[in-house]
Amino acid sequence: MTTWPILSVVTFLPIVGALLIYLVRGDDEAAKRNARWIALWTTLITFAVSVILVLRFDPNQTDFQFVEKSNWLAAGISYHMGVDGISLPFVILTTALMPFCIMASWKSVTNRLREYMMAFLILETLMVGTFSALDLVLFYLFFEGGLIPMFLIIGVWGGPRRVYASFKFFLYTLLGSVLMLLAIMALYWNGGTTDIPALMHTAVPRSLQTWAWLAFFASFAVKMPMWPVHTWLPDAHVEAPTAGSVILAAIMLKMGGYGFLRFSLPMFPLASHDFAPLIFTLSAIAIIYTSLVALMQEDIKKLIAYSSVAHMGFVTMGIFAGTMQGVAGGVFQMISHGIVSGALFLCVGVVYDRIHTREIAAYGGLVNRMPIYAVVFMVFTMANVGLPGTSGFVGEFMTLLGTFKVSITTTFFATFGVILSAGYALWLYRKVVFGALTKPSLASIKDLTFREGLILFPLVALTILFGVYPKPILDMSAASVQQLVTNYNTAVTAVKAAALLQ
Amino acid sequence: MIQAIVFLPLLGAILAGLIALLGAHARHPSGDEVEHHHDDHAHGAADAHAHAHDDHGHDDHGHDDHHVAEPPAAGTWAAQAITTALLFVSAALSWATLISVGFMHQEAGVKELLPWINSGELQVSWALRVDTLTAVMLVVVTSVSSLVHLYSIGYMDEDPNRPRFFAYLSLFTFAMLMLVTANNLVQLFFGWEGVGLASYLLIGFWFQKPSANAAAIKAFVVNRVGDFGFALGIFAIFLLAKSTDFETIFHAAPSFAGKTINFLGWQADALTLTCLLLFMGAMGKSAQFLLHTWLPDAMEGPTPVSALIHAATMVTAGVFMVARLSPLFELAPNAQAVVMFFGATTAFFAATVGLVQNDIKRIVAYSTCSQLGYMFVAMGAGAYSVGMFHLFTHAFFKALLFLGSGSVIYAMHHEQDIRNMGGLWRKIPFTFAMMTVGTLALTGFPFFAGFYSKDAIIESAYASHNPFANYAYFLTIVAAGLTSFYSWRLIWKTFWGAPHDQHHYEAAHESPIWMRIPLAVLAIGAFLAGMIFQGYFVHPHGVESFFGESLKMNPHILEDMEHMPRTLGWLPLIMMLVGLGVSWLFYMSRPDLPEELAAQQPLLYRFLLNKWYFDELYDIIFVRPAKWLGRFLWKKGDGFVIDGFGPDGVSARVLDITRNVVKIQTGYLYHYAFAMLIGVAGLITWFMFMGGQQ
Repeated sequence: MTTWPILSVVTFLPIVGALLIYLVRGDDEAAKRNARWIALWTTLITFAVSVILVLRFDPNQTDFQFVEKSNWLAAGISYHMGVDGISLPFVILTTALMPFCIMASWKSVTNRLREYMMAFLILETLMVGTFSALDLVLFYLFFEGGLIPMFLIIGVWGGPRRVYASFKFFLYTLLGSVLMLLAIMALYWNGGTTDIPALMHTAVPRSLQTWAWLAFFASFAVKMPMWPVHTWLPDAHVEAPTAGSVILAAIMLKMGGYGFLRFSLPMFPLASHDFAPLIFTLSAIAIIYTSLVALMQEDIKKLIAYSSVAHMGFVTMGIFAGTMQGVAGGVFQMISHGIVSGALFLCVGVVYDRIHTREIAAYGGLVNRMPIYAVVFMVFTMANVGLPGTSGFVGEFMTLLGTFKVSITTTFFATFGVILSAGYALWLYRKVVFGALTKPSLASIKDLTFREGLILFPLVALTILFGVYPKPILDMSAASVQQLVTNYNTAVTAVKAAALLQ
Repeated sequence: MIQAIVFLPLLGAILAGLIALLGAHARHPSGDEVEHHHDDHAHGAADAHAHAHDDHGHDDHGHDDHHVAEPPAAGTWAAQAITTALLFVSAALSWATLISVGFMHQEAGVKELLPWINSGELQVSWALRVDTLTAVMLVVVTSVSSLVHLYSIGYMDEDPNRPRFFAYLSLFTFAMLMLVTANNLVQLFFGWEGVGLASYLLIGFWFQKPSANAAAIKAFVVNRVGDFGFALGIFAIFLLAKSTDFETIFHAAPSFAGKTINFLGWQADALTLTCLLLFMGAMGKSAQFLLHTWLPDAMEGPTPVSALIHAATMVTAGVFMVARLSPLFELAPNAQAVVMFFGATTAFFAATVGLVQNDIKRIVAYSTCSQLGYMFVAMGAGAYSVGMFHLFTHAFFKALLFLGSGSVIYAMHHEQDIRNMGGLWRKIPFTFAMMTVGTLALTGFPFFAGFYSKDAIIESAYASHNPFANYAYFLTIVAAGLTSFYSWRLIWKTFWGAPHDQHHYEAAHESPIWMRIPLAVLAIGAFLAGMIFQGYFVHPHGVESFFGESLKMNPHILEDMEHMPRTLGWLPLIMMLVGLGVSWLFYMSRPDLPEELAAQQPLLYRFLLNKWYFDELYDIIFVRPAKWLGRFLWKKGDGFVIDGFGPDGVSARVLDITRNVVKIQTGYLYHYAFAMLIGVAGLITWFMFMGGQQ
């Protein structure tokens, strides 16, 4: 169908932009302006091209689309790209959020601006590549490569404890990647190829399934992050610059969930089934534990970071429920969380740029001076709480509904998150936005600028649109999710039937 | 038509919201952080005129309003006129719908609007369902809401943020209408949470008051506790029926009999469990015993809000939900028993607390809580139409009482403590007359609305075969006496006797016409609603033709109610008269008696005054442990255990190792050469073995 390698263009266009920025010499104001505009236009054009993907995508087809394949390293390792209904939403999420990140960094970053913009553009390539790679080695390169720009963004442009945070981030993720690399090798030896579609149809022996599942789990669980390997996230978020937090929360966390959907469930269905109780337990603990911790936070970004961990708990729970609603809800929850948590971090960035503190106690009564900001923040707070009519509800509801069929106990405990999220989110809103404005440092604070409005209003619109009419995303992923769920259940029931026969 | 009824309020809310937002934006222009960050103190003094309202105390009997010297927002009249006019159109259409659906038996049905959540078996769409049950609720919601809009024009005339207030009111109305027109449980949940949001915003309307903010959060979170059950109930229903549409569920319901669900190790009967979980949601929204604590605090909001949301409409959503799901509850007698138990307990409990409160709005709030309990008693008895009847009449007389209280508060310049009132009937005779009508209706004085609906509930408790029937009958009878006592106590202390606060008394004045019209209309409703509609809500044949398929009644309850002994039928009336007499004795003829009694029974008095110590209890059981646990998990769990043994521990060990590794770097060339040789030898060995394999 495609006449030009559209997916590769989407993937590598940001790199071209990064090169252009590199070619812009000088460190004066004009050079900085050029770097900003090049970065913005690159991300905008990338997004425009990715929209073509959506328009040409056939949601009824379960196979990979826009496939590109050419020989690369050795036999069985090829440059293989393509998207299906599960990965396309993530590609679009990435390309759609990048322009906002560039705009959010417009004025707040002045130090080493060219390098900053280049890091973001390279990161975009790596993230899009992660979601569209159809070869394990290629996937691994993109997946792990994304660490480096992120590590630099936190370590160079971060807050006072940036070194500790980036080191923690690196240490956690490193452990997972080593194990994942081993598992990739094992799969290569087993199947003779690292081609993902081919591996999906290759039966993996049960013992290897278990070990490979655990190895992949180590990597994805850290990325999600799941309890108890989540403690890098609050630190990384707190220290990262605003746009870094947005990318981290909105997209990099989704790589873990995407990995579960792309590898764990289809390639190791039996191991996934065996380990589902473990995932359920960890998810339920994550939801309650991190929500309770979020209640007591004193730092705005940390609170949102902990709430992210809780929301990701719903995703892992839904995915491993292995039901249609659970998996589709997991995908939806990830997209929705990408929009909402990204927007929440942008909201924090707005006031951080003005007052230069993230401490909740330093705020209060912002509504008196920032009415539009108050409305925008309210919409995202409610989406974070999971109010019906916002996108946050749909994902939460579907994952819980999908899990109820499989494990009532898990659902019971996970639903406590509904109460606790209301507690911490509304408490934060009250402390920051409501109340009388008495602090002298806030007396002259100003409402959203045009640029900030341009960043936040589209996200408000999307949050409400997908809350009322989630059909575009659900339909996009429905066929692929259906196939995934069917294959998973077939594999599991086949083994159960075989066990009964014996 | 139904689309117009539901979406006109939304249109009003959006328009008023935009007016409010643009006005606020014009007053507080946006700015850029770079330009304005460095001169924060220079502008501060000039701009700080608008936010000095932090001096409001948060005692229980605080003032209802705040006094602001701020000019009203631009477009205030436009916002008021738009929202109020749209609501009146919506109300007129609702009455037309009730007539055509309830009396002419037309137009019932479902209007599909949009697909919502579709995934596999889960097919949820936005749809508007119209049947008699919905039509009754439409009439209640839009009528009270339009009158409250009108009333607010007068009541809020000193507030500078009226566009925002009217936007919230209309938003609430929209959410409530989505709730009552829902055709599936998920849309019901949408409306349910939507009214919760609007309630949160309206309770916290005066966001400078810490007490208002606290009450708003409490209302939302306590409701969420109920929603926890509601959500699980939806999941359980979906598990059983593979659908959330009412028609499908009701159709499949009889086949669930005998099925069990293993719920946390408890082999529960599927229908009973589902109904109990759903009822938990109803308990939260309708402020039933154990989940009632948010309702009295919600009185922090402006009084019209209390009338609309916390008396007439939102709090009755739980009752409506049980009525809507009557085909399920009818099949789950154990769940019905629980419903009746909680209803009766609430009716009694709230009435006892109402006896000793001194804040005029809180008395009415506890009365609401108690009356909601009555409604649930009828639901538990399977007399759904009777419960709906009380919901219908209660909307009129309770809204009347709240708006009347608002009129008193307005007259007294935002004084809410009835101990500071007295003798007001001379100053505000119209308000006094209206309040008296409301009280007569509430206490069940013959021929007033409450007389018909409340007596019917008490009869239904007597006639039902529920295990808690006698318990409920006894408690509702006692509560009827208590209701009469605290209602008349309010009247005596507010309007009779000598003025206690001469200053406020002298300044008291009758409310403007905007406020008196709604009072008059509601008073007519409070007088006539019972008489006119009794035939359609209580008499067996009337109920059948009026409600048709929209309710599934207990097949015998209405007949049994008619056959109850004549003499017992007088009991509620006698209790009402006793309450009236005692309150006359206490507050008119021997005003020293109550204080003596309080002094004689200090324990009981404090117990009641502190609302059975529920707030303190919940603080100890839930709030403090949650906070403690949160801090513990954060500092000890994350900080000590996970980080200590995880990254921090690892890095400490790595540092230890590197310190030792550093020692290997001796600087002697032959040491390095030796290490290189070992490495080369190792590599060669490996290649040899690998080559051998290929």
